[in-house]
Amino acid sequence: MGNNEKPSRDLFPGALEMMILESLRRQAAHGYALVQHIQQRSNNLLQVEEGSLYPALQRLLKAKLVRAQWTVSQSTNRRVRIYEITKTGLRHLEHQISSFDRMLEGVQMVLGPAKRTANS
Amino acid sequence: MTWFERIFLRRRLNDELDEELRGHIEEKTEQLMRLENLPRAQARQAALRAFGNPALVETRSREVWQWPTLESLLADLRLAFRRLGKSPGFAVTVLLTLAIGIGANTAVFSVVNTVLLKPLPYPDSGRLVSLRLNAPGAAGLANFQKDLPLSASMYFAFSENNRTFESLGIWIAQKANVTGLARPEQVNTAFLSDGVLQTLAVPPLIGRELTAADQAPNGPKNVMLSYGYWQRRFGGDRSVIGRTLIIDSQPRTIVSVMPRGFRVVDHDFDLLVPFAFVRNTQPLAGFGFQGIGRLKPGITIPQANADIARLIPVWMDSFSNGHGFDSHWYRRWRITPDFHSLKQEVVGNVGSVLWVVMGTIGIVLLIACVNVANLLLVRAEARQLELSIRSALGAGRSRIARELLFESTLLGFLGGALGIGVAAAALRLLVSIGPANLPRLAEISLDPGSLLFTLGLSLLSGLLFGSLPAWKYSRSRATISLGATRTMSASRELHRSRNLLVIAQAAMAVVLLVCAVLMLRTFQQLRRVDPGFTDASSLQTLHIAIPDTAVPDQRMVTRVEHDIADQLATVPGVTSVGFAALAPMEEGGYGWSLIYAEGKTYAGDAPIRYYNYISPGYFQTLGTRMVAGRDFTWKEIYGNEPKVIVSENLAREEWGSARAAIGKRIQQGPGLLLYQVIGVTQDLRQNGVDQRAPAIVYWPILPVGLYMFPPRAVTFAVRSGRAGTQAFLRDVQQAVWQVDADLPVASPHTMQEIESKSLARTSFTLVMLGIAAAMALALGIIGIYGVISYAVSQRTREIGIRLALGAQQRELRWMFVRSALILTGVGIVAGLGAAVVVAHLMRTLLFGVSPLDPLSFAAVPLILAATAALASFLPACRAATVNPVDALRAE
Repeated sequence: MGNNEKPSRDLFPGALEMMILESLRRQAAHGYALVQHIQQRSNNLLQVEEGSLYPALQRLLKAKLVRAQWTVSQSTNRRVRIYEITKTGLRHLEHQISSFDRMLEGVQMVLGPAKRTANS
Repeated sequence: MTWFERIFLRRRLNDELDEELRGHIEEKTEQLMRLENLPRAQARQAALRAFGNPALVETRSREVWQWPTLESLLADLRLAFRRLGKSPGFAVTVLLTLAIGIGANTAVFSVVNTVLLKPLPYPDSGRLVSLRLNAPGAAGLANFQKDLPLSASMYFAFSENNRTFESLGIWIAQKANVTGLARPEQVNTAFLSDGVLQTLAVPPLIGRELTAADQAPNGPKNVMLSYGYWQRRFGGDRSVIGRTLIIDSQPRTIVSVMPRGFRVVDHDFDLLVPFAFVRNTQPLAGFGFQGIGRLKPGITIPQANADIARLIPVWMDSFSNGHGFDSHWYRRWRITPDFHSLKQEVVGNVGSVLWVVMGTIGIVLLIACVNVANLLLVRAEARQLELSIRSALGAGRSRIARELLFESTLLGFLGGALGIGVAAAALRLLVSIGPANLPRLAEISLDPGSLLFTLGLSLLSGLLFGSLPAWKYSRSRATISLGATRTMSASRELHRSRNLLVIAQAAMAVVLLVCAVLMLRTFQQLRRVDPGFTDASSLQTLHIAIPDTAVPDQRMVTRVEHDIADQLATVPGVTSVGFAALAPMEEGGYGWSLIYAEGKTYAGDAPIRYYNYISPGYFQTLGTRMVAGRDFTWKEIYGNEPKVIVSENLAREEWGSARAAIGKRIQQGPGLLLYQVIGVTQDLRQNGVDQRAPAIVYWPILPVGLYMFPPRAVTFAVRSGRAGTQAFLRDVQQAVWQVDADLPVASPHTMQEIESKSLARTSFTLVMLGIAAAMALALGIIGIYGVISYAVSQRTREIGIRLALGAQQRELRWMFVRSALILTGVGIVAGLGAAVVVAHLMRTLLFGVSPLDPLSFAAVPLILAATAALASFLPACRAATVNPVDALRAE
């Protein structure tokens, strides 16, 4: 129990939420469209279970980083829940991205020379 | 979403989530059908694979909004309730056991809490002390050596000169005649000095407080009413203040009413009457009053003792018993203050009884918990397969232990809730029985303290009986394998712990049974004591007091009392009548005096003896034997002949034998009138069945000596088969009114009632211990029965094999009975050891029985062994009737 489970075995904590927020920043979408978008953008490199999106969405809803609304989809004529990013969500996303960039930079600096030595 | 919505809009949240997830899978399926041309079923399969476990996703999503720990607890709760509902037999057994166990403990705790733990219902009651004096030098009268009442002169000496008390005063509980209202009646009255009400510090409900001015000898005569009397006689009328009440022929103005529940120390009363002592003529003597005081803040009891010890010589210097009396005579009594906290005074010796009862009831609860633990073990064993599957599916050890503990705690709480009902009923019963010597009875109730105790007890017992199965099962998980439910190894280990439980149960039952049997033997011994009167149930006693307004002449009082006796003798069914200043075992002060036997020399003073005034026929009516000599006659009484009757123990002490006493003479002091002993009576247990009979001098009801007056308040003893009935009491009242229509008849009791009051402590303890022991025995039977029948069911296969190999049924039965007896035997040995200790602790409650009474210690093991044999015999019989073919067919 406890709600601190990782969203997916393959991602670090918070990554899925970050990708969702980034997708929503570009365009509001419902769950299925979000999955499609993330998979396309990653060239199907990220293989997440589609379902793991939903607990993440609920967490974002609870933290008021996104809001949701039920509408009828024009393409499929189905009742869907459309998510869009809030102002808080935008701020949170920018903050996340910048700290993520810094972290990535640090990781690369650690890995970089070692990798080169191993390869040469 | 607010917390409110989270709780109440949960269903909507779940529905939406459900719809969203289904929509997702549908959309994916349709897309796969469209893009890859798959048939629907296959497309759906692929969609589900990509999605993951929808149920898990839903759970995880929901959990975002939940308090997961709480919710899984709620789920456990629901599950536990459902499981209990499915086995009502188990639930009812356990809950009843617990309800009785916890309820009994709550009830006894309420009593202990109210009587022993709570402060007395007076402000800042920790500073209240009872002013008790000891007079180790007072020869002959054991009571004074340990507990000398105060005299009025002491009150003046102490209250005027002390440095350690804020206030102190003296009081005495008596009866007073109230006339002038609809009917004359005798009511309970507290006569008190200034200082008593200040000490208790409870303000009146209406009206003003009594002050020092109210006890001025020539001042206005006032009275305070109790709440109960005010309600009863005046219907709670507030205009009662200022009205006049005639109390003992003295008109008094009502100045105030005390609040409901106010008591003077531990006495209920109807009226509070101030004393009116003339200070300067008070003699040193007149030791008849209770003293109470309020210490100044920070003063300890030893400091107060020292302060008053300093004032004893001051008292002797300031007052006198009259001309020619050496006012320092009392030095030889060596009067010393021995003050107690007022609470100690009120609670008295009931503390030991209550702690014994509390302890035994606690043991009963322990036994009940042991039984429930046993039942839970059986249940857990039945759920072994389920628990194995769950742990195989990944349930953590702590998760399973928690669930088992949770169920038992739930049982504990449910049992506790029912227990409160049991306790409320028990307390109501207790208060209605009203054991006479249980102090502060009126204050007893189920208060928040008791409820908190119940809560704690429920939790504790739930954890207690739940921890064993929880520990066993979460630990033995490794040894339980799926599909091998017949494996014996795990259950053998469990069986061992159940055996231990039975041993513990037997041991505790032994302790309780020994205590109960000891009390029973005590009661028996007390019943065997000859109290000095016969056939108490046909002996009616009643009080009559003749006020001096009705009969001013002292010597006429006896004539009137004689007339009343004669009238009573004419009541149908009455065989004999007599009267005395005080009846046996009656509360109230006895007169006492120095008694010198003629011709004997004493080292120092003669011993102090109790005395009573009696009429002719009094002993005959009581059924008290004359050991030697004869009774008084009315002729010699009216002829003022100085004759006296003494008790047998007094005769033996002074003259060696009862016969030798006849014709000898006694006097109250050198040079005073000599009385001739004409009779010696059997000893009377004046102070209660369990107290030694004191030596008593019986003066004639119309005494001749100096300073001796015929008593105005007497107790009539009437022997009749109709004693105690309402019709008889009406006839008695009519007979009294024939003599004087203004005389109330008070406190009609049969001697039986008075005697059982003196046995109240013993019978209360006996009943409580009896109940506890009976419960322990019953629970023990259930425990043994349960263990043996479980063993039988577990060993059916083995029994089948034994039978197939030619074992006799008788041997099989014996095999099981024997194992029960071994367990019980071990328990008995352990229990007897504990019983020795407990019996020693309760020795003050015993009478005529040694704490190591061999009969009790021999009988209890036999009772228990017989019970164990019986309890195991039934399941053993079942074992013997096992059909070997059936037993082995399963293989």
